[in-house]
Amino acid sequence: MNDKLRILFNGIIAENPTFVLMLGMCPTLGTTGSAINGMSMGLATMAVLICSNVVISLIKNFVPSKVRIPAYIVVIAAFVSVLQLVMEAYVPSLYATLGIFIPLIVVNCIVLGRAEAFASRHGVLDSCLDGIGIGLGFTIALTLLGAVRELLGTGKIFDAAIYPEQYGSLVFVLAPGAFIALGLLIALFTKLRTAK
Amino acid sequence: MLEYISIIITAIFVNNIVFAQFLGICPFIGVSRKLSSAVGMGAAVTFVMVLATAITWLLQDLVLTPFGLGFMQTIVFILVIAALVQMLEIILKKIAPVLYSALGVFLPLITTNCAVLGVAITVVQKNMNMGQSLVYAVATAIGFTMAISIFAGIREQLALADTPKAMRGVPIALICAGLLAMAFMGFSGIKIG
Repeated sequence: MNDKLRILFNGIIAENPTFVLMLGMCPTLGTTGSAINGMSMGLATMAVLICSNVVISLIKNFVPSKVRIPAYIVVIAAFVSVLQLVMEAYVPSLYATLGIFIPLIVVNCIVLGRAEAFASRHGVLDSCLDGIGIGLGFTIALTLLGAVRELLGTGKIFDAAIYPEQYGSLVFVLAPGAFIALGLLIALFTKLRTAK
Repeated sequence: MLEYISIIITAIFVNNIVFAQFLGICPFIGVSRKLSSAVGMGAAVTFVMVLATAITWLLQDLVLTPFGLGFMQTIVFILVIAALVQMLEIILKKIAPVLYSALGVFLPLITTNCAVLGVAITVVQKNMNMGQSLVYAVATAIGFTMAISIFAGIREQLALADTPKAMRGVPIALICAGLLAMAFMGFSGIKIG
């Protein structure tokens, strides 16, 4: 039981994909203009990650190791296409906001990285838990970055006003703010982690 | 003619792939410690991006759209790019070993460079024709090369600076990238035609 919990929490703190492994930077910067967008992107990636981890751990014994990377990419791309169609049908406005970053989940290093580093070596249940853990870590990081940018930029978090909008500095919602806010958050996370 | 110039200026400066669109950040952060490797990465990306855009555009126009297979776009494009990179590696090794030894190490990394797939999808979404797509791909690649080269130059200096312990490495690099992005925002007023 402890083992399973460790796999689950590993992705949130020790191997947080954004703050520690620093993978998947493009959606991290590109979709976190507001907390809700960051969270949606995190959840979308998590859905693909869990499905692809489960399927890859199921097929790992049938795929010759020489062609495993292309095989994994096809599995991931299939789930991304499914996700694209589902999102376009049920949440079209969100699909339009996240735009090109939804198909680009295919080339998100986190998904392929976990397939290669974890799912290809572990059982189905463990791979599923790893997908949930890493997915949660990614979602939390994106939500946090989105919240920080939204708060500094517009004075709101999840559209709830904290302070008047005219005191916000718009640059945090725009492109430069993404880099700067992420840089400061990673530094803070490193500081907290190494202080222990 | 003016239309092409507008595409070029927009893709390089106004809507720079790294600073405004957030694509290709992984190599931008990962391969920018030294100026020489940054230029090599830029050249490799240029090469692959232009070829990949040409091939995926033709596939979309001749196969996917006529047969109503638009939903297969993501799978087909990523497979084409992965196969193309693999093929390029083999061909370059045989016919241009000098170029291969210069670009070789960067080629496998490009498959997961989201800028390549990003441009391939963007030109389809924007309904560009073949000429526009190619010009857009070349200009975007130049924009990427320029961004990563400038950034590598800054990081070479940054390595010598005395930064606080927690900020060393990626965090301070990201903040510098933010300042660069701010500088690039100055181009956003440019309009042509």
